[in-house]
Amino acid sequence: MPEKTIYELSQPARKGFTFPEPDVPSTPIAEGFARESINLPELSELDVIRHFTNLSHLNHSVDGGFYPLGSCTMKYNPKINEATARLPGFGNTHPMQPIVSVQGNLYLMYQLQEWLQEISGFHQVCLTPAAGAHGELVGALIIKKYHQVNNDHKRVKILIPDSAHGTNPATSSMSGFDVVPVPSDSRGNVDLEALESHCDDTLAGLMLTNPNTLGLFEEHVEKVIQLVHNCGGLVYGDGANLNALLGVIRPGDVGFDILHFNLHKTFSTPHGGGGPGSGPVGVSKALAEYLPSPIVTIIEEGDDENPPFFGFYTPEKTIGRMKAFYGHFGIFVRAYTYIAMHGPEGLRDIAEKAVLNANYLMTLVKEDYYLPYDRTCMHEFVVEGSWKDIPEVHALDISKRLMDYGFHPPTNYFPLVVHEALMIEPTETESKQTLDAFAAAMKAIAKEAREDPEMLNNAPYTTPIRRCDEVKAARDLVLCCWTPEN
Amino acid sequence: MFTPHTPQEIEEMLRVIGVDSIEALFERVPAKHRFPKLDLPEGLTEMEVAAELKEIAAANASTEDFISFLGAGAYDHYIPAAVDMILKRGEFYTAYTPYQPEVSQGTLQAIFEFQSLMTELTEMDISNASHYDGATATAEAAILAYHSFRGKRKKVVVSPFVNPQYRETIRTYMNGLDGVSVVGDQGDLGIQADFTELSDLIDKNTSVVIVQYPDFFGRINDYTKLVEKAHEQGALVTFVFNPTALGILKPPGAFDADIAVGDGQPLGIPISYGGPYLGIFTIKDKYIRKLAGRLIGETVDEEGNRAYVLTLTAREQHIRRERSTSNICTNQGLLALAATVYLSLLGKTGFTQVANLCYQKAHHAAEQISKLDGFELAFPDTPFFHEFVVKTPKPVNEINLHLQNHWILGGYDLSQDYQDMENHMLVAVTEKISRDDIDEFVAALEEVTNA
Repeated sequence: MPEKTIYELSQPARKGFTFPEPDVPSTPIAEGFARESINLPELSELDVIRHFTNLSHLNHSVDGGFYPLGSCTMKYNPKINEATARLPGFGNTHPMQPIVSVQGNLYLMYQLQEWLQEISGFHQVCLTPAAGAHGELVGALIIKKYHQVNNDHKRVKILIPDSAHGTNPATSSMSGFDVVPVPSDSRGNVDLEALESHCDDTLAGLMLTNPNTLGLFEEHVEKVIQLVHNCGGLVYGDGANLNALLGVIRPGDVGFDILHFNLHKTFSTPHGGGGPGSGPVGVSKALAEYLPSPIVTIIEEGDDENPPFFGFYTPEKTIGRMKAFYGHFGIFVRAYTYIAMHGPEGLRDIAEKAVLNANYLMTLVKEDYYLPYDRTCMHEFVVEGSWKDIPEVHALDISKRLMDYGFHPPTNYFPLVVHEALMIEPTETESKQTLDAFAAAMKAIAKEAREDPEMLNNAPYTTPIRRCDEVKAARDLVLCCWTPEN
Repeated sequence: MFTPHTPQEIEEMLRVIGVDSIEALFERVPAKHRFPKLDLPEGLTEMEVAAELKEIAAANASTEDFISFLGAGAYDHYIPAAVDMILKRGEFYTAYTPYQPEVSQGTLQAIFEFQSLMTELTEMDISNASHYDGATATAEAAILAYHSFRGKRKKVVVSPFVNPQYRETIRTYMNGLDGVSVVGDQGDLGIQADFTELSDLIDKNTSVVIVQYPDFFGRINDYTKLVEKAHEQGALVTFVFNPTALGILKPPGAFDADIAVGDGQPLGIPISYGGPYLGIFTIKDKYIRKLAGRLIGETVDEEGNRAYVLTLTAREQHIRRERSTSNICTNQGLLALAATVYLSLLGKTGFTQVANLCYQKAHHAAEQISKLDGFELAFPDTPFFHEFVVKTPKPVNEINLHLQNHWILGGYDLSQDYQDMENHMLVAVTEKISRDDIDEFVAALEEVTNA
């Protein structure tokens, strides 16, 4: 029985929340502007709590079970993060308060900037971008402005490896660049010959994900960066997979010019059912003055008696403001908490265990599934979710069947360079027992595929709903449960 | 810290992989850069970090300490306890984008209900699953308009009374689109502009006209003529709205807006030093193919049960790649859930009540302040919602310093954004402010003048 919607649960004249009566004289609503009616649902508090509690039971979550969604780094979200982010001294500060009254916030943001700089090897970090894709947009706009400032107007194209996330090409075109795809070689690296053929004076930059979406460390990373730099281009690092690099290598040290962090992946802030993310951006010294405003800085150095006084500054050649205020502050508190708890050894431990888990699981899974790029992986790996001799079974069927075994499916059909891709990222917080259980389920499904492929075509069987008619959803658009017309 | 591996398990795992050590898994990483020593403080235990964060938070003064009259894009409303209880459910906050509908109906239905509530609130046809915040939603509205003319109309007309940070964000985003000019937004029309000047800027090259409702000064303007002019010229109109105001004021849909965007922070989301907030994005249905962001649609499963899925994904970056009009891939899922719980709980009566309380208290405060010597309302003849502009006898920052000593957060200093608004304070009043608070504020203001 599907859960009713809030409009179906509504009963005329029922109330869930009451405010105090006005304690001031009444003023009539401005003439001509008064709203006649607003059709919001009418529910009791218990109706509301029960409804959303029931809905929550229909979700798979990290707290509930293994969630190996590749490229999303679905690691455990420590509960202390939620407690610190909700401290009244943080949660109830207004973004326009005089800076003297929010020195705690500014200290925290400044430290987070410094820590991210140290972790990544960049000169300056800006915290404002709201998500990874938003950070990418910052990067692309910086590349654009950098060439403009240098009167280098011929540079119109951005190179993007064919294994890249869709956000990379979308960001580039949103920033007014021509997108040129670069193929991968047989080991899953950027094809150097193809790359070199595009390196000329029309090249604005390259967007590179390392480790890439195949979970592979770019073996020629220094060479790739050198080629782009030699022809005057800039290299943007997509930090989606930074979890594998914590304490292992600093992207700034290898020559990346710009990089975005995903605090909601690498630094354990919750994914929230699809946001809020947070996508701070780090840049080299040469690009620091292009960052979006504002950046937290020390306005007055401290001494033995007094802490430094923090404030904001606007970089000289800034690309401008990316959003209101200073970024997702509540997320910064969580990421700060996480980094403070780990320290240098703890951070390296994260990367090591993430890579250990991925290689262990890869070794088990490749017994039954084809691994197109068979070499040591980093935090994730990609196998084919189909077999040549069982044409009726697809990656989607395997994904759906995994739900019956209690697991969230891997990312499927991405990256595009792998046929019927299943992209599996276990993360460091999962135990050997969980990985063994997942591998056993994958093995069982491979067996089922041979014995009863049709059964897989109709999976899942034990979930709150069965497979959905997605064509109908797109054809007979129903996007809200109530409209003024019906 | 949160890794569960025992030494024995590590050994077993390495043996299965066929390597001697964890380090051996990193051989592809250039040796000279491998395993750098990070200069960071040593890791803390949970007890230690809890104490440290408490200490940092204590270095702030918050609206728990202050009586706040600050608004300017972030509003300190009461948040019912039930909202955060739902947000803290791990099933919601530790899930991700609902790619797999069979195990994500909770998130999907909640966002579907969010879309429903937003279309009702605005009287627009369609709402998406949300954007990052009000500023980015406004900038994306300009992008939608640009693409709906296939890039042929190059002018974006923006009212100078749109939130200054939103105006800056529009300009940043427009830098990505070659040859687009943004006009009207620089404040050179003068603060007493009555929108005829703005109207004169609209022509056949204009893709969109962006206005705010109530505007940045809290004023409720009648945009009827402006909308008519825009539509005559074939341009789209975007309303940037405050959702609380729509509890008692005519919605953007009633003014024939094509796009209505706003920040959903006032709907049960803490002010949290500016974020994370919630970008609301609603449109007339004819613009659906150009709409960026996630959309949840209703459908059925194999057994005919009602079900919800992500729909029209062919518009989005992961399918269209460089041919998509926006790179957005997440939404503000958890904040959209907060707004959904908040509006479900307040319902028809509660939501009208909170809007009305803000309106009544703001008007009482305005009246009391305008009685003070040296203070007057900057726009005495224009209706307003819960924010208003006061001309002050002294610079606003001076007054605010004094107010701080009384544990009052004064209003926003408009001279930061408007050249000709020296000594102009933007005062916001929400339902949390009592009549006594207003009396205290007025008394403290009086003291400043006499000081």
